[in-house]
Parts: sequence; structure tokens; C-alpha cells
Amino acid sequence: MKNKGKGILRGRISRKRFLRSAVFGAGVLLSGFIDSKAFADIIEKKPKAKSMIQLWMWGGPPHLDTFDPKPAAGRDYTGNLGRAIDTNAPGIKINQALPLLAKQADKYAILRGMTHNNNGHETAAYMVQTGRKPGEGLVYPGIGAVVSYFKGQQPVYKSPLPPYITLTTPQGRFSECGFMGSKYKPFSTGGDPNREPFAVEGIVSETVNDDRQKSRKDFLKEIDSFARSMMSDPLVKVLDTGQQEAYSVILGEARKAFLLSVESKETRDLYGRNTFGQSCLLARKLVQQGVPYITINYRGWDTHKKHFEAMNQKLPELDRGMAALISELASFGLLDSTIVWWSGEFGRSPKVAWEDPWYGGRHHYGKAFSAVVAGGGFKGGTVVGKTDDTGENVVERPIYPWDLIASFYELLGIEKDAKIPNVSGPSVYANPFTAGAINSKETGGILSEIMPS
Amino acid sequence: MRIAALFCILLVFAFTGAPRCEDASEQEPPAELFTHFKINNHIDEIVFSELKDRMYPPSETCSDEVFLRRVFLDTLGLLPVSQEARSFLADKSSDKREKLVANLLERPEFADYLGMKWGDLLRIKAEFPSNLWPNASQAYARWVHDCVRDNMPYDIFARKLLTASGSNFRDPAVNFFRAFQERTPALIGENAVLVFLGIRPENTVFSAEQRLGIAAFFSRLGYKGTEEWKEEIVYFDPDAKPFLGPDGKEVLPRFPGKEPLSLGPDVDPRPVLADWLVSKDNPWFAKCMVNRLWYWFFGYGIVNEPDDLAGAHDAWSDELLSYLEKEFVAHKFDVKYLCREILSSNTYQLSAAATKWNEEDSDGFSHYRIRRLEAEPLIDIVCEITGVGESYQSMIPEPFTFLPYSQRAVAIQDGSITSPFLELFGKPPRNTSYLSERNSVPTAAQMQHFLNSGQIERKIEQSRPLQQLFNFRKDDKAVINEIFLRVLSRYPSEQERKLAADYLTDPKKKYNEAFFDIVWSLMNSSEFLLRH
Repeated sequence: MKNKGKGILRGRISRKRFLRSAVFGAGVLLSGFIDSKAFADIIEKKPKAKSMIQLWMWGGPPHLDTFDPKPAAGRDYTGNLGRAIDTNAPGIKINQALPLLAKQADKYAILRGMTHNNNGHETAAYMVQTGRKPGEGLVYPGIGAVVSYFKGQQPVYKSPLPPYITLTTPQGRFSECGFMGSKYKPFSTGGDPNREPFAVEGIVSETVNDDRQKSRKDFLKEIDSFARSMMSDPLVKVLDTGQQEAYSVILGEARKAFLLSVESKETRDLYGRNTFGQSCLLARKLVQQGVPYITINYRGWDTHKKHFEAMNQKLPELDRGMAALISELASFGLLDSTIVWWSGEFGRSPKVAWEDPWYGGRHHYGKAFSAVVAGGGFKGGTVVGKTDDTGENVVERPIYPWDLIASFYELLGIEKDAKIPNVSGPSVYANPFTAGAINSKETGGILSEIMPS
Repeated sequence: MRIAALFCILLVFAFTGAPRCEDASEQEPPAELFTHFKINNHIDEIVFSELKDRMYPPSETCSDEVFLRRVFLDTLGLLPVSQEARSFLADKSSDKREKLVANLLERPEFADYLGMKWGDLLRIKAEFPSNLWPNASQAYARWVHDCVRDNMPYDIFARKLLTASGSNFRDPAVNFFRAFQERTPALIGENAVLVFLGIRPENTVFSAEQRLGIAAFFSRLGYKGTEEWKEEIVYFDPDAKPFLGPDGKEVLPRFPGKEPLSLGPDVDPRPVLADWLVSKDNPWFAKCMVNRLWYWFFGYGIVNEPDDLAGAHDAWSDELLSYLEKEFVAHKFDVKYLCREILSSNTYQLSAAATKWNEEDSDGFSHYRIRRLEAEPLIDIVCEITGVGESYQSMIPEPFTFLPYSQRAVAIQDGSITSPFLELFGKPPRNTSYLSERNSVPTAAQMQHFLNSGQIERKIEQSRPLQQLFNFRKDDKAVINEIFLRVLSRYPSEQERKLAADYLTDPKKKYNEAFFDIVWSLMNSSEFLLRH
């Protein structure tokens, strides 16, 4: 059965229109592809949380040396970090290594019941960031892609900045966009915000000033005879529109969000003069621009060997940067609408490996670990879940990755029945519980104890 | 000079076409537009008759410059070097296009490029979700590459993948059975059906029961480790437990629409399945590959989606599909033969410039379909022009993998090894075997990167070949010719040469900056970024 003759064929959606609608947002998105009700919900109900900052400790941070100290367990567990200190939240103690964060504890909740029982980087990172177990036959997108899908498109989002930004490199190891396709990948800045100038790949150039930028732009327009003569082709048009949008950022106002030099010396010092600290400052600036999802990919936590030496360098950086971020968000009045999430893919083994060849190392530990959440509606000055005396087992209120992810979605106003697109099949429920993916034995439920009722 | 002028005229005609009239769809195209279509082979006869039926007159045959660039990119994912471009353009023989096609298919880069596409389909990747691990991905990719290079008949290739046993390092085809998050018969069966038959899991051409019957052929597979780190043996396990369906009853291997097979306990069911799958009576096997190859060269299948043969859309031309299918089978599944036939056809060689009479032809082949360059060839040709390589590495898992600076992205064997550029430009994550995983739609973020990233800027500024050209500055005309040849594989038109010369000699500009700006501009032109 062939369709012959123009009349029939020309009634179909043309490639031109298809491409336009596939690439550019808003009302022209293909019907059925986008869950318009979910967007309407987000606009009408005005959820508290508008943005989210993920502080991602690649490699797995040690829970005992940070937010779940066990001073009574002895040196075989605590290593050189055996003291817990009081915080400004009554009854809550954290590790001595985090004195500045101790002064902000009223603003965050410590989740000590995190567990998923997986010790492989890739799989654990996948579980923690997608809220799914591997092996369903689909590769799920990370929460950043989901949030930027619901909160990073017209008409919800209006900034020309990308809605999902990673500071400064992508995750590697697993594909953030999963089955949603590379359109939902994060934008990675590259460069180093602790360097002057901070070159942001594609946005802020290190060597080309605005005058030369404009001179190039004019010359490109003149020399690109192909574009001129082929503009009726849908893809040439898409490319041209892409270049115009790109220039609106390259030569426009929005790029100023990346200019750290406009911040005072005091502010920059407050966050710490290192890549992580300045990334935290940048994250605050991007939230001020309305960017819905920002990941700070803080590497170097996979400390099998000489763990405590590494902690001497990392924990002060973490302490300063994260404390400054939370306190500044609060003083700018942004903490109520911004979730800050600190986590890695798992914790580290509570028992220290003193022996050769580790010399004081900690290994992967997915059975029990900690995460921290602040803002966006989460109640600060609280602790959820509890581990035993050595931090090896969760004894009260387990929190599985899907419990946490579903809690985030609720605060962000992503309804339980909202769906996300799948490039190679029917769309799928974003919420792991609605999708029926969760075994009732492996959930502690969403974090209702620290969420507004 | 003469060539440039000719090309200039060609450009004007090819790109602008005749003046547009308001609504061509209401009128019939003049009959003479159907009289001068060149017939190179039988593909053209079929396509021409289809176009006639639809009343879409084909565009002109493309120029030599356009063909040269197109066929290099479509077969090797590379550009011709300027010497290759000069000699092809100067060649006066009438069969030079055919000769070029034949040469390109024998080049090692052809196996790299097609090997990459197979790597996507087979999800060759060290880590999540395939978890083949680095050694095994390297071995697997090399094996696939060599099969393409040696033009192994496609039915034998498929059979080897479907029936392999042995070590993941030494018998690389066994990795077909390892590239799954969960190695269940159902998932393996589903994947074999998708990759080799082009039938998607949700498609009802096979019922759930029939799918189970296919899955059962993979139910006697065993996996075991060895003394060597991460080595794994995939083997036929005669003692495997019976394969149970969702109702708890044993499911026997069974071809769709046939009776269940009771194979003896010592019979590996996989070769039995392979016999059925690759047989010339299987209506899907050859069709799937033919359509996929067509899709790779044209950016659009004869059936679409190209891996959904039994989906909602009819073939654009059943006749074309079945002709290619028959040719493929008659030539003993010779992939290069098929490539040669397709690339030598005038259909493949049509201009990308639509005319007012065929610009609405959105699902046919009246003109070449413009696409963005794929991520890997795009960065490769930037590296090739500038002579500045990329560093690709995989920090995880240990031991780290570092690739030499001269590594081409197309030839990266392990899908886990990537770069921010490749991610930004839509390299497929190799999560699934769907062709739609690769995204080559241009985005604003990609354009930002090309227009304004340190990565592209540094490559241009640090380029030694460009520096050498720059040192030749006494002869602006020669410099400009050479830049055009290297970047766009053609000579500039008179007007383009003048524009570039004026820019280069503008007293307000520094010569070196102006020189870089010209290279930069050509690399940001749509002629460079698009396959056309």
C-alpha cells in the first residue's frame, strides 16, 4: 500500500515543522510528547522550591568524618577525626572537621538513615541520582534532567541560560539524561571559577574580546553564502536560529551571572579560594538568575588509601564552601525556594583499613551513609534516621534513594502522575512510587517528618 | 580559476533555485523537469519512478565539490586533505565518482566509522549499563572493526554474534551476551530481534508468547569467571534450569508461528535460532540491514523509524526496499557491494538544494537531506584541520585508560570513553540499541561552543599547519585558497576570495588575528557544520 499523489502526502506533518517543534520549546512542542498538565501544575500551584543545588561528592564521602560522627567507637573507626562538636541546633553534633557548618545546622537536615546496599560507583551513583534500581531495561535520567525538563522550559523558565548546569565537568560514569536523550544533558562550564578570568566554555571567552567577537560575527554572516542560499532548508534554519540564540548569550546580559569578579573580596573569601568554594558562590549567583538545577561535581572522595591525609585538605574546603552557600542563600531570602542537597553515591567503610597497602583508608560503603538537605521546604535543625554505634548499620528510619528523590519531586511541585519523555518509547512516570518500581520492603517512605504537611 | 567561477555559478543555481512562487503545491510541475534525471543504476530507476508518481521532480546532481565532501563524511567521517580535493577536482575522467567510492570503501577509516556505528548498536562500553569492562570492550570493538574491514558477509557476522561461546577477551563476539544490565533470556532475545530484525519490543508483529519462544533460545547460557581478572567465559550450559514463563510453566524454544522445538539436552539452541534468523526466507533480516544502511547514508530510512520495520509507517517504496533486499541476498550479504550500489546511484548524488517543486518532499529522496555532522566526525575534522588533537581518557574504572593525542573520536572503541564535546554534540550513551539515541539536531548550546569556546579557539591558535600557512602570508590569494580547500574542500568563489582578502588586509586588524578569524568563520559556517 503506497501513498501516491501529492494530495495525501502533503497533508502530513512536514519535516520542517517537525524539526522546529522538536527543537524549540513552548507551545510548539509535539502534542502527546509533553505532559502539559504537569507544566500547568507547576505554574499554578507555585511550589516553594524553585531551584536545586546538588553538591555531589564523587567517589563517596565518609559519613563518620562528616555528619554522623561516632566518637565512642574508638580510633579503629574514627581515625584522626575522633571528636564530635556541638552545632547551633540543640542536641545535634557533627564531626570536628566541620566547624563552620556546625554554625548553620539550624538550616539543614541530616539524613543519617541513607542506605541502598550497593558498593559499585556506577550503580550506586545511578541509584542515588535517579531514584531507581538498575535493571528495569530502561536507563533512567538523573534528577537534574527531570527537574530541568519540568522547570527549565518555556513557559516556566525564561532565562537564556541553560536550565541544568554542571560545575565544572560532567559526571562521566553515567549518562545524566538517560532515556530522555541528549537534549536534557547538563551544560558543563569547564574552566576553573577560582581562576581569573573564569572562562566558561562557549559563554565567556578567555581571549576574544567583544569587539573582535562582533567583527567575527559580521564576517561570518558575510562569508556564509551557504546559509543565505539554503535558508529554506529546515535544518539550516535550525542552525541559524541556534547561532542567533548563542549570540544573545555570548554578547548579552545573562553571561554576567558567571562573572565572579563583580563579587567583593570578602564574599569570595567567605566561600574559600578554591574551585569548590568558588563553585558554591557561582551556584548562588545562578540561582539568583533562576537556573533550576545546578550540580557541583566535587571530585576526589574515593579515598581507599591515605584517607585522612586527603580529608585534611577536602573537609575544610567543603566546610567553608557549603556553610557560606547555605548562609548566603538564607540571608538573600533564597533558601526557602532553593533545595541544597549534599551527597555522594555511598558512604565509606566505618572501620578504617590501617593495613598495607591502604595506610588508613576507607572503602566503599552503601549499607549506611549520610546525606544533607537544606531549604526548599525541608525543616532544618533536624536529623532523620540513625545508625548503630559504629555507623555500620541503619537502625532507625531507613531512607532509600527513591524516598529522597520522591521527596525532592514533591517539594519542587512535580506531581506524582507527571511523566517524562522517552526518546525510544512511550513516556514514563517520573515518580518511582507511581511507576510501581518500589518494593515495599525497600522503602522508608518520603521524608514527611521534615516536609511541610 | 575556471573551476572557481564555474562553481560560483553552480552555487547560485544550486542554492537559490528558480524564483519561488506562492504555492507550488497547487500546481503541477512542468513535465520537462522529469526528463533529465541521470540513471546510474537500478536504484535510480525505482526512485525516479517513485518521484514521478509523487510529482516531486528531483533536484540537480550535486557538484564534484559537494560530492567529494559528502562521500568522505558519509563513508569515513573525515574530510579529504587539500591534495585529495585538488586532484579529485582536477580529474577529468567520467567515472571518477565511482572510482572514489570504491577507494573509500577500502580505506581503514571506513571500518572505523562503520565500526563506531556498530559499536552504538551493540552498546560496546566498559561501564554502566553494559559493564563489559575495558579489556572486553576493546576486544569486542576490534573484532567488529575487523569484520567490517574484511567485509565479512553480514549473515556470517550475525551468526557469529548469536552463537559465540568462550572468553570475553579471546572470543570477543561473546560480549554480545554480556552487554546487558541483566542477562535474562528475555532481554537478550528482545535485543537480538531489535538489532537483527528491526522489530521493537512493543511491536505486536510478535506476540508476547512468540517473544518468549525466541527468548527460550537464550535460556541455556552460562557465565563463569576465571583466574584472570575480569575474564568471563560465556558457554552453552546443558544443565541450565528450564526456562519458565510468567505463568510458571516451562517455555520451549519456538520460532514465531511454528511448533515448539524439543531440542535434546546436549543441543545449544542458539545455532538453531541463528539458522532461522539469518535465512533468506526470514522476511526481516536482510530488510533490516538494507534499511539501516540506507539510513546511515541518507539520514532517513526507506522505512522509518529505521529500526521499526513493523511500525506504523509504510515503506516509502516497497519496490526499492525489496530490490535492495534481493540484491543483498543475491550477493551473499556483501555489505560493501551494497554500499557501492547506493553511493554510486544518482539518487545519493542529488544536490541538497530543494527546488520549489520538491521542497515539501519531507519523507522521500528528491534531494539530499541536510544533517548536522555527528559529534565524533565533527571534532575529528576540527582536529584534522588544525593538527591539534584531543585527549580522551577514562578515569574509571581503574586502571585508567589514556589514549594517545592522535586518537580519532570515531575510532574510540569503548563507549565509556567520552569528552564534554562529544556529550554536548549528542554522542549516543550506548544505553540501548535504538538508532534514535544519537542526536544530531543543532542546539544553541552547541553553537555557543563552536562560536566561543576555548577548546575551538585554542585549536586554531595553536595549530602548526595553520601557522605554516600563515607564514606564507606574502601570497594572500594562495593562503585563502588553501584555507577554503582545507576547511570546505573547495576553492573560494571570486566574491568569497575578495571578502576574505579585504578582511585579512584591513589595516585596523592585526594580521594574525584576522587570519584566525577567517579560519574560525569558515569553521562556524553552516557549510562546514552540516552534511550537504
